[in-house]
Amino acid sequence: MSDLLFNVFAVFTLATAAGVVLNRNAVNAALCLMLSLVGVAGLFVGLEAYLLAFLVLLVYAGAIVALFLFIVMLLDTRGDPRPTLHKLPILARILAIGLVAAGVASFLTRGQLPSPDPASVPALGGTLKLYAYQLFTTYLLPVQVLGFLLLIAMLGVIVLSKKFEGLEDIK
Amino acid sequence: MIPATLNGYLFLSVALFAIGLLGVLIRRNTLVVFMCLELMLVASTLALVAFSRFNGTMDGNVFVFFILTVAAAEVAVGLALIVALFRKRQTIQIDELNTLKH
Repeated sequence: MSDLLFNVFAVFTLATAAGVVLNRNAVNAALCLMLSLVGVAGLFVGLEAYLLAFLVLLVYAGAIVALFLFIVMLLDTRGDPRPTLHKLPILARILAIGLVAAGVASFLTRGQLPSPDPASVPALGGTLKLYAYQLFTTYLLPVQVLGFLLLIAMLGVIVLSKKFEGLEDIK
Repeated sequence: MIPATLNGYLFLSVALFAIGLLGVLIRRNTLVVFMCLELMLVASTLALVAFSRFNGTMDGNVFVFFILTVAAAEVAVGLALIVALFRKRQTIQIDELNTLKH
């Protein structure tokens, strides 16, 4: 059952991710991105990380995609021209195809990690208490640094998007 | 059908990352390039959660927290940059934003 769900969500995620890349309309690309993130949230549920699945839906599929859609509407761009690949020299094409083939082949033959049975490993990602415990003990300093980073990002966005008039003498 | 093992999740993560990278390379609209960057970030979080689940540790899950926060800040700053760029140049097509190239 979990294998079936994994495959369904994997195909869904990859297909909608390809939709982000191939869609010429930016609005459709953003909506495909949202569907792809929903698929990733489903995969997180399959990995028993329920809180992270909820957060991905809330932060990514909710806030970030909405922000993207808002900016797409604001900027009102035309549809993209069709992506072209014909500018590549023939040598670069052969090299790229060879590298991809070598990568896939090495992944399929050598890249097999020992995969324990999920039932024998405790699913720690499902309990909220452990997140809080880790965030307030081991990762307390990174949490503080992240708070500072968010503050800096907020100030940066304000400086970038506000028009400062009559302040040329200060600059 | 691929079984839902660690290798399966990692393969999916690599494929998602590759699709995102392809989008970054071939798309010409800055907004779509940015969306593909987000796709790459999500692919990396998928690998982290899978490692965490199959090794019975919490560190990968907590890292996903941090990645989510950084991604939110990054999107806010990046979109502000794109809007500022559009105000100045009236375009967000990468081909036309080549001042640094010349």
